[in-house]
Amino acid sequence: MTTTTPTVPTGTQRTGATPTRVGRVRRRLNSPVASLVSIVIAVVWTVPTFGLFVSSFRPEDEIKTTGWWTFFTNPQFTLENYQEVLFGRSASSGQLASYFINSLAITIPSVLFPLAFAALAAYALAWMNFRGRDWVYIAIFALQIVPLQMALVPLLRFFSAGVTVAGVQVLPAWDLVDEQKFAQVWFAHTCFALPLAVFLLHNFISQLPGDLMEAARVDGASHPKIFRTIVLPLITPALAAFGIFQFLWVWNDLLVALIFAGGNDETAPLTVRLAEMAGTRGNEWQRLTAGAFVSIVVPLIVFLSLQRYFVRGLLAGSVKG
Amino acid sequence: MAVFARPRQAFVIAGVLGLALSAAACGTGNDKGSSSNADSAECAAYDKYKGHDGKKVSIYSSIRDIEADRLDQSWEQFEECTGIDIDHEGSGEFEAQLPVRVDGGNAPDLAFIPQPGLLKRFADAGKLKPVGADTKAMAEQNYSPDWLKYSTVNGTLYGAPLGSNVKSFVWYSPKMFKEKGWTVPTTWDDLIKLSDTIAASGIKPWCAGIESGDATGWPATDWIEDVLLRTAGPEVYDQWTTHGIPFNDPKVAEALDRAGSILKNEKYVNGGFGGVKSLATTSFQEAGVPITTGKCALHRQASFYANQWPEGTKVGEDGDVFAFYFPAIDPAKGKPVLGGGEFVAAFNDRPEVQAVQTYLASGEYANSRAKIGDWVSANKQLDLANVANPIDKLSVQILQDQSTVFRFDGSDLMPAAVGAGTFWKGMVDWVNGKDTASVLQGIESSWK
Amino acid sequence: MEFDFAEEQPKFLMLMYGLIAFVAVVGGLLLLLDVVPAWFARRREAQLVAASASGAPLPRRRQREGFLALFFLLPTLLLLVVGLVVPAIRTTLLSFMDKDSDQWVGLQNYGWMFSDGSIVRVLVNTLVWVLLVPLVATTIGLLYAVMVDRARFEAVAKSLIFMPMAISFVGASIIWKFVYAYRGDEQEQIGLLNQIVVSLGGEPKQWLLESPLNTLLLIVIMVWIQAGFAMVVLSAAIKAIPADIVEAARLDGVTSWQMFWRITLPSIRPALIVVVVTITIATLKVFDIVRTSTNGNYDTSVIANEMYNQAFRYGENGQGSALAVVLFILVIPIVIYQIRNLRQQREG
Repeated sequence: MTTTTPTVPTGTQRTGATPTRVGRVRRRLNSPVASLVSIVIAVVWTVPTFGLFVSSFRPEDEIKTTGWWTFFTNPQFTLENYQEVLFGRSASSGQLASYFINSLAITIPSVLFPLAFAALAAYALAWMNFRGRDWVYIAIFALQIVPLQMALVPLLRFFSAGVTVAGVQVLPAWDLVDEQKFAQVWFAHTCFALPLAVFLLHNFISQLPGDLMEAARVDGASHPKIFRTIVLPLITPALAAFGIFQFLWVWNDLLVALIFAGGNDETAPLTVRLAEMAGTRGNEWQRLTAGAFVSIVVPLIVFLSLQRYFVRGLLAGSVKG
Repeated sequence: MAVFARPRQAFVIAGVLGLALSAAACGTGNDKGSSSNADSAECAAYDKYKGHDGKKVSIYSSIRDIEADRLDQSWEQFEECTGIDIDHEGSGEFEAQLPVRVDGGNAPDLAFIPQPGLLKRFADAGKLKPVGADTKAMAEQNYSPDWLKYSTVNGTLYGAPLGSNVKSFVWYSPKMFKEKGWTVPTTWDDLIKLSDTIAASGIKPWCAGIESGDATGWPATDWIEDVLLRTAGPEVYDQWTTHGIPFNDPKVAEALDRAGSILKNEKYVNGGFGGVKSLATTSFQEAGVPITTGKCALHRQASFYANQWPEGTKVGEDGDVFAFYFPAIDPAKGKPVLGGGEFVAAFNDRPEVQAVQTYLASGEYANSRAKIGDWVSANKQLDLANVANPIDKLSVQILQDQSTVFRFDGSDLMPAAVGAGTFWKGMVDWVNGKDTASVLQGIESSWK
Repeated sequence: MEFDFAEEQPKFLMLMYGLIAFVAVVGGLLLLLDVVPAWFARRREAQLVAASASGAPLPRRRQREGFLALFFLLPTLLLLVVGLVVPAIRTTLLSFMDKDSDQWVGLQNYGWMFSDGSIVRVLVNTLVWVLLVPLVATTIGLLYAVMVDRARFEAVAKSLIFMPMAISFVGASIIWKFVYAYRGDEQEQIGLLNQIVVSLGGEPKQWLLESPLNTLLLIVIMVWIQAGFAMVVLSAAIKAIPADIVEAARLDGVTSWQMFWRITLPSIRPALIVVVVTITIATLKVFDIVRTSTNGNYDTSVIANEMYNQAFRYGENGQGSALAVVLFILVIPIVIYQIRNLRQQREG
């Protein structure tokens, strides 16, 4: 199969080299019906978020008594919701900026580690020959289903008590305080992300043209060298793609952060603060409207700025027919 | 607050598992608790808690946002005088997260547990430390045995109560009552008569809502408990909450039906929201709000509902809203007060933890916290003068009254699978039209 | 309290340590991988030259690769053992124990599952979710990807569908709760769905109360989130279809419909499988949506939500674990499919 499909770089170039002709060919596929359907989908997908967006600028009692669409006939505009979200009323919950930094400090390593480890593993599983590799791959794949809730207690015990085998302390407890607890969160997120990461990257790496690898090996390149010089550049876009998903996941996570970092402004991410914003008895939910938009901004920026790589990334990966 | 970064030392990258990097640092930068003013006059009250300078005590609770600020504020002076650093963390996921942390070997020093059932679970599992002698003496001095029995498991006291609330209240609008010439009812029959009068005037008298996110159903359980206390009396209530009688005992069924004569009566509910069916989807926070717009007249909810009124609503006997005591049904059974509260349980018995635990049970603490506002406690040392909010004042009066028969919220006493599970869900089904017998039967069969 | 940048310094320091650790670990590993097999490589080079001349196989290479592969896999395997394998085994064991996990109770927890009517309902709901979500989300994602492909506002159009992905499950559920919100018929509606119904002359409904419709409405939320994932991945796959194939088909005069079925679909099959499998597993594990929207009331609960309730809220570790084991079992068909797939790929 692999031999009949064009190699990755050529595929990319070809699409890039003849944009106008192909563009014309493809555009004809878009009938008016298709345009209409796609517009309908786009509208349905956007309206709920849009409603929330409008609501976030409306005063509390307006939100609770009238629909957001009445905003257009009876505009009552306020920035109070955002003011409360951004600057808060509660001293102990700290400044939003502080949580923002926590979120960044949690997210960046939690994206990098699984990416690197999964890429290495996926390469080994796809292109190295050793006994039982398919079973290792299937096992890793199957681990995706382990609900992370069930992993919380054992993992927490791993951090707080270390590992003891038959009465002998094999690994010590971590004993971290304050912002050092970020390390626990990185560790946990990395564990939980690996099965999906290996699955996605394996799919991608295994579809790289085999003759490319073969040629490199014939040239005497070792596996580490092939990985660094040939595979890594080719999969950078795929890494970007998975990076986005992992980023979104970690950025929006509440549970893992609460368990492994705690809920203080020393370490808690933005999501913890947003959850708190609903008030002790959940009565301040109008603030969630503004809160949701504050938290959505960063993921959207990341998506829009990486979209370019992203598309090219999967472009190369799916070449194989 | 410290402006300088705390000293960090000895950063170790342990090659464990390739990723495991652990940072060992000495938390010497204890910026709070300087002992400089520890000898001033106002610190005299804290003399007995001294000797733990620089120690840290962690507290975990479900209290967040402004109320968490008030907590921090309430023990500020204690921290300054004793040098103990109290590190409070509040989480909306408290009930689910506390067991995870405890099982994971990462328990907080102290936890404010609002469910005696959960406290019992930890005590039975041997995770809790019994209170020290000082705490015990303090708790027994300041709280009635009625309260302490909820944190006593097999004869051992595991913590003193902290904040409390009174649930047996019916909110109404004094202004509206005055205008229409209605009077506050003192018996159940009067209450029903009043409801009929209001219904006849074209207003649905009652509003209620039991939606509360993942705790949906609890406001209805409070209704049932309040009614059961009044129809069957506190002894039967105690049997019911401890499964001494089946959950579907005829007396319980009777209480449900009586509560249903209001809650499931299309003539009476749901003022401002629609029919009976709207109960399940109306959030409890919004449920009483129609009182302020005259679309509803009565709303049974706890004292803490005072914080839920729209901004600018005056709470008071002559204000926009106030509450009257849920009337007795059977004069022979009286009108016991249904309430809730949290207990300060310890997972650790270090001396400084016990010092904090003792302090939190003291009158000094109760008054210090009450002064900051919006707080009720059954602490006998609590001075009414320190309680500003009229509804809180009324609650404290009720709680401190020697003749008051107090009972804790039953759903918090039952095993969580029932009290926070099938009971809540059963109530949701019940208000949505399922019959009393099969709802109770379902809950009973889930209680093992 | 003023925002004090200096106070944030330790966090940045920690982040920096994290990044240093990352570079050290990954860089160290790559370096190690380079040094260790260096002498193998040198020897192999000689062998290779000889082998390629004679065409003879290299009998000992497999073994050495196994050793090398271990290094590639080491971090992943160690982390997975600590983070997922141990918990999975523990969960399985707990499922045969009582709620405090100190006594063996055999299959009692499993018996409970199938005798309790509400849990059977939970199992059925989960099946409905798992069948509908991947199907609908993938279909919508695919249709949209095909339709906006090379359209004028493609980037904007795709961002719109992708946006829900950037919202957390809890956030998304809140948004949709807003859409489904209900107010009595004498009142002004605040929920869009009821407003539409009312303006069409209907009665407002309590959408989340009406079983089984409510399960479908919750599924809509999941589809809303996941369609973006499907669209992005499939759109990329479509763009990768070699232009000459499309052109050739075009010249043969195929219709758009035929083009879709004969060219597009077969070409993106691998991507399609990835999408369906990923969404299926995500769906099996979903619990935030149900928890936030209905908390499993009105017959809407799914396994993951019930598992969370049992294990964390009710302290029923045995029953919660048993539900988790059912999740493991439900994924077996997908695993078998993957094995078959892998075999085909290897033979191909």
